Amino acid sequence: MKPAPVPSGERPFAEAKPPPLAPQAHRKGEIRIADVVKIYGSGTSGVRAVDNCTFDVPAGKITVVVGPSGCGKTTLLNAIAGFHSITSGTIHLDGALLCGPGRLKADPGPDRIVVFQNGALFPWKTIIENVAFGPMMQGRLNKKEAFEKARGMLAEAGLRDLESNYPGEISSGMRRRVEIARALMNDPKVLLLDEPYRALDSLTKSVMHEALLETFDRNQVTIFFITHDLEEAIFLGHRVVIMTTRPCRPKKILTVDIPHPRDYSVLTAKRFREYLDETIAAVHEEALKAFAAGERER
Amino acid sequence: MREAGGFAARAFDTIASTKFWRGMVACVVFLVLWEIASRSGISRIPAPSAVAVTFNELMRDPSYWFSWYLSTQRVFTGFLAAMLLGIPLGLGMAVSRMFYGTVFPVFEVLRPIPPLAWVPASIIFWPTQEMSIAFVTFLGAFYAVVINVIGGAQAIDVRYFQAARSMGSSSWDIFRRIILPGTLPSIVVGATVGIGIAWAVVVAAEMISGGGSAGSMGGAMGGGLGFFIWNSYVGGSYTQIVVGMISIGIAGYISSALLRKLGEMVTPWLREP
Repeated sequence: MKPAPVPSGERPFAEAKPPPLAPQAHRKGEIRIADVVKIYGSGTSGVRAVDNCTFDVPAGKITVVVGPSGCGKTTLLNAIAGFHSITSGTIHLDGALLCGPGRLKADPGPDRIVVFQNGALFPWKTIIENVAFGPMMQGRLNKKEAFEKARGMLAEAGLRDLESNYPGEISSGMRRRVEIARALMNDPKVLLLDEPYRALDSLTKSVMHEALLETFDRNQVTIFFITHDLEEAIFLGHRVVIMTTRPCRPKKILTVDIPHPRDYSVLTAKRFREYLDETIAAVHEEALKAFAAGERER
Repeated sequence: MREAGGFAARAFDTIASTKFWRGMVACVVFLVLWEIASRSGISRIPAPSAVAVTFNELMRDPSYWFSWYLSTQRVFTGFLAAMLLGIPLGLGMAVSRMFYGTVFPVFEVLRPIPPLAWVPASIIFWPTQEMSIAFVTFLGAFYAVVINVIGGAQAIDVRYFQAARSMGSSSWDIFRRIILPGTLPSIVVGATVGIGIAWAVVVAAEMISGGGSAGSMGGAMGGGLGFFIWNSYVGGSYTQIVVGMISIGIAGYISSALLRKLGEMVTPWLREP
């Protein structure tokens, strides 16, 4: 495991390695998605976004969901997060029902934190206020404790100098890292990442990937990651779920047998290319279908 | 790190820039053309030199300053009332669909009525002229404030609400920490627009209503800047008309500048780095 990029000295809490976020035994985060259907609208005009979707997100692993744009990946993520309802099926988190018959919309909670596609740091709060937000809201820490923990978290991510800046004053790559730090402050069981690096250039993206893997190695939090960048999917994922085009359901589930921690040398490995070829073949077929469907709609 | 350079340095930067000098030259050219037009008889509006002489005399006249005081007082009374009522009303409409459905139709029916059309009704309704002028001023600012607050609150990105919910915020937390700061920039915009309208309205209202408490000090000269202009017109002192106009321009500018500064102070995250 790589050491955290923490400059020594200056502040006492930066020297001591931050304690693990939660006792590992308590941090599980296994998600079971079973027969989930989501139909937008109703009757004949209803659009089937997710259809009989069944797969597992194993605890303490990175599961990456890939599929054509607009295939319903985000719909699934919103259902897990509790932002939207499902039409039928069940979603369990560590054996407890999140949503299913009788309760089609889960309650949002700090055990499932979303990192959004375009970022959702509060622009009116400084970086440290953003990062300290969750524990204060949940009443777990007072302001002083939350700020202290937030400083540790920022230091761990190499972002300590930014604490009194506003999100608008830092680069978008930095904002993503701050947002992941903010998410981890809630001791979530699952991090739900919705194409978080989509808008970044490829150089920044590679830095982000390494930072994310480092964070993962340190915290072993379950990650549910949506993307349509296939290299990203295989580089990050223990398991890659390839979705069909709308309506969305798993077409192929790939177990990426490359050991963690990974670094960028993996990208040129023969095995990596093989996984990539396999994924490209599966996704390309779906992309063609999506394209044809789009043509018909015109 | 954010607050680089003192006031003096910034003032020097301004004076040294070509943009500043271009503006200065334009102003001077405008004044020269105006002077030529007046002296040659093309325009019957008094020349800037004559206006300057009158301005200088009026500076020592307490009744002129009392006009300033009266108008300013009316503008700020109306404006503050508009903020105090408009912000909660706008937020209420943005937060509650039921409240919006109830109040907004009434609001939208009343809004197109120009504040000045309210002058006669307002004089009949309110016990004193002072109150009727302040009321009309209030109306001018009120609509701008409410519309901006509603628009601002409704434009807050849904992701902020979702993120706050996920992190365990209560409804009150969401109101206080998301809706309120998220709407603040629009409140500032509404206030800046509102006070501009308030000045426009107060001047006209003073002209129409005859200046309210005219006569309380310095005879007919005590009815606010609007009445000051009107009275100068009636009395035939044309240079004073222009002085009155310029005064209102200055008053409006100072109010807007003040609000902008205040706005920057309450929304530090929007400051240019």
